[in-house]
Amino acid sequence: MQEQDISVSLQEHVQEAMASHIPLRVQGNGTKDFLGRPSQGERLDISEHQGIINYEPTELVITARTGTPLKDIEKILSDYQQMTPFEPPYFGANATLGGTIACNLSGPWRPYAGAARDFVLGTRLLNGKGDIMNFGGEVMKNVAGYDVSRLMAGAMGTLGVMLEVSIKVLPKPEQETTLIMHGPSGRAALDLMHSWARLPHPVSATAYHDEQLYVRLSGTPDSVRVARELIGGEEQDEDFTRQFWQSIKNHQHDFFSSTDPLWRLSVASDTRPMQLVGNWLYEWGGAQRWLSSTESAETIRKAAAEAGGHATLYRNGAQGDELFHPLAPGLMRIHQQLKKAFDPKGILNPGRMYKEL
Amino acid sequence: MNESQPDTREEQPTSVDREGLIAALRPLLPEDALLIDEEDLRPYECDGLSAYRRMPLLVALPDHIDQVRAILRQCYELNVPVVARGAGTGLSGGALPLEQGVLLSLAKFKDILEIDPHRRIARVQPGVRNLAISQAADQYGLYYAPDPSSQIACTIGGNVAENSGGVHCLKYGLTVHNIQKLRIVTIEGELLDIGGEGLDAAGYDLLALMTGSEGMLGVIVEVTVKLLPKPDRAQVLLAAFDDVVKAGAAVGNIISAGIIPAGLEMMDKLAIQAAEDFVHAGYPLDAEAILLCELDGTNEEVSEHIYQVREILRQSGATEVRTARDEAERMTFWKGRKAAFPAVGRLSPDYYCMDGTIPRKRLPEVLRAMADMSKEYDLPVANVFHAGDGNLHPLILYDANKEGELERTEEFGGRILELCVQVGGTITGEHGVGMEKINQMCVQFNPLELTQFHAIKEAFDPRGLLNPGKAVPTLHRCAEFGAMHVHHGELPFPELERF
Ligand SMILES: Cc1cc2nc3c(=O)[nH]c(=O)nc-3n(C[C@H](O)[C@H](O)[C@H](O)COP(=O)(O)OP(=O)(O)OC[C@H]3O[C@@H](n4cnc5c(N)ncnc54)[C@H](O)[C@@H]3O)c2cc1C
Repeated sequence: MQEQDISVSLQEHVQEAMASHIPLRVQGNGTKDFLGRPSQGERLDISEHQGIINYEPTELVITARTGTPLKDIEKILSDYQQMTPFEPPYFGANATLGGTIACNLSGPWRPYAGAARDFVLGTRLLNGKGDIMNFGGEVMKNVAGYDVSRLMAGAMGTLGVMLEVSIKVLPKPEQETTLIMHGPSGRAALDLMHSWARLPHPVSATAYHDEQLYVRLSGTPDSVRVARELIGGEEQDEDFTRQFWQSIKNHQHDFFSSTDPLWRLSVASDTRPMQLVGNWLYEWGGAQRWLSSTESAETIRKAAAEAGGHATLYRNGAQGDELFHPLAPGLMRIHQQLKKAFDPKGILNPGRMYKEL
Repeated sequence: MNESQPDTREEQPTSVDREGLIAALRPLLPEDALLIDEEDLRPYECDGLSAYRRMPLLVALPDHIDQVRAILRQCYELNVPVVARGAGTGLSGGALPLEQGVLLSLAKFKDILEIDPHRRIARVQPGVRNLAISQAADQYGLYYAPDPSSQIACTIGGNVAENSGGVHCLKYGLTVHNIQKLRIVTIEGELLDIGGEGLDAAGYDLLALMTGSEGMLGVIVEVTVKLLPKPDRAQVLLAAFDDVVKAGAAVGNIISAGIIPAGLEMMDKLAIQAAEDFVHAGYPLDAEAILLCELDGTNEEVSEHIYQVREILRQSGATEVRTARDEAERMTFWKGRKAAFPAVGRLSPDYYCMDGTIPRKRLPEVLRAMADMSKEYDLPVANVFHAGDGNLHPLILYDANKEGELERTEEFGGRILELCVQVGGTITGEHGVGMEKINQMCVQFNPLELTQFHAIKEAFDPRGLLNPGKAVPTLHRCAEFGAMHVHHGELPFPELERF
């Protein structure tokens, strides 16, 4: 990692763009370029803005510049037996901290530990006027002012350019293991996932695909042992545990190799197996479902909405497709007003999420 | 606290045609749901920060979402400000009414609409009390994790508006981590669903923005909360220290060992003595500080961790470590902590509860500085501390009937908050800014940041009718407040726009 603070040049770039109405494409190392609508504009390169500013293992917090590679952050945390519990997907070796938080990307542990947004404690950011501001901080509890730092998580750089982020970290579990149950139907698998979640078991990940149900346990040795006995299934070795969940998280599992459109449905976890034609992979106790399907966007979105959620066209969409789930008109209006509040000239990643933003 | 007059310069200066407003609201509500007589309005003149009092113009008590929508639409049209109120237990004057505004009480929204044990959620109306949710979920072995000490009284709507925490937030998070969906009504009367039935929603994270927004962005009319399985077992340890610094270090040592306790609370000598006198929890009276460390989870996990934590506490220099033998003793250990505020209240005619957060490692210097200020202002201070997450609750003891003591207390309190900011913390960990800490907002945030906050408010509430004058100060106020501080040698906001 090349420690470097380029916030002043980033600020100047945004100020110039604002003055001359030039749209900017905010980018780290581009590992999430596939996600979201294509956005035109001059590249605002964050990738050189690197460095860990503060890491206090006993305070459970790390603050870094947003161009810092995620792998460097996870490495140093791991040296102290800590981790980011939202297990961010990388989608490319050079994923940066900023891109990860901007997309609010979370992995297998998400339903049990929380999403990226849940671990964001503070941020230093540039709005579309080129103002540098700090929100939140490095402490766990902070209710002064609106929660702007969490708002940045998932805004995909359309509201501000994060320069630094502070995130809460947690100790790594002492032990992990994965169990596989062969043969349950989709419905039976969902029932099992829900029944485990109602007990204080150390369940830390679940996935279901091709009539195989996978469950990961993470905790103290004794609590893992007891839960393993209660849950049953076929226990896998450590290598499997590491590789399998990585492959799900980073979309390297065979399921993700199809060239059909890949949809992410975020729905009520107990939604019955949905009547959409395609190949499914369930995660997050049933709350996140991947669907590889050629069904129409309309059909898929309708089914997701009926299940209390939303559908995102994640990969393999055709040019010009809307990728994110349309917002209700009242909500879209608030979104547009918020966009204006942060980026009055509309220069930050215009159209990356929705064409209106 | 005794009465003092809140500074009201920033609120809507216009005077409202009261009779016209009453005539406009009457048809929208049942007869007894609009309070206009002085004796009926009196109970609403303050919230839990009783030092600030003000009579509302009138009080509306709707019990239906359509009524809330109609009231807000009407107020919007007539340009009348609105202050939402839950149970009024807030400690920062967030629900302080406006003389020229409507106080909108959500107290009649008391129904638990749905508990889904399978999905582990509860869908409730905003006036449901925090504890009532856990009580209703108990039959399914589930509970709602955030547990403010006021949980028997405060409402879930108020909890969302304040992003309230409790003694268990170190492990289980704040309100923002434990809700999934909100229904809100905008000042224009529009009903919006924020969040969803899944774990995330499309678009911006408005759920995060609404949480902790102190009634400034919208009125919450329904909340879907997440429920957790009750742990198999909870066990508490009590450790005594002859030095607060050692107690502080012990907290860091527990966390470095990879253990996240469910609760980790510290009390200093004055708080220990007050609590002991009040509830006889058996606390060691000669200790300078005690730590209460609660571990929960599966039976096995708790057994493993109890053993480790005992060792860590001893190695950190605890003079005594006790483990509660049974549930009754666990409750006794907690009783002293939970009763700490009223207990301290018995030591003195009045007390003022502060709420700053600091990075934990700065605890020794902050405690030292507070002790010095306590001498300087000649006012005792007791400390109760959510040690795990650095949230301090200094309680300043004073007597409002003594000339000038209230003013000295407020100044002392303000300086404690400024100290929290100086060491990298915040002026409020969980009680909110409200009216109380509005000046200290100028210390924590610069004009650019405050301007950004105002722009966010405008996105939701362009006319500035929801809870005006709270939570985010105008730049003008900061300029005036800042001017008071120039004699410390620095001009806080030289670049400030004055208008
Ligand atoms: C003894 C005591 C102990 C306490 N302990 C804790 C503690 O441990 N942790 C903690 O975090 N807090 C604590 N508090 C503070 C307080 O209880 C919380 O802030 C609580 O969440 C307030 O809830 P309420 O229903 O009383 O809200 P109110 O006081 O009525 O209102 C608080 C704010 O929320 C807004 N509001 C209320 N309802 C709505 C709604 N439906 N829609 C929009 N805005 C709304 C109001 O306008 C106001 O700004 C304590 C208070 C007391 C008196």
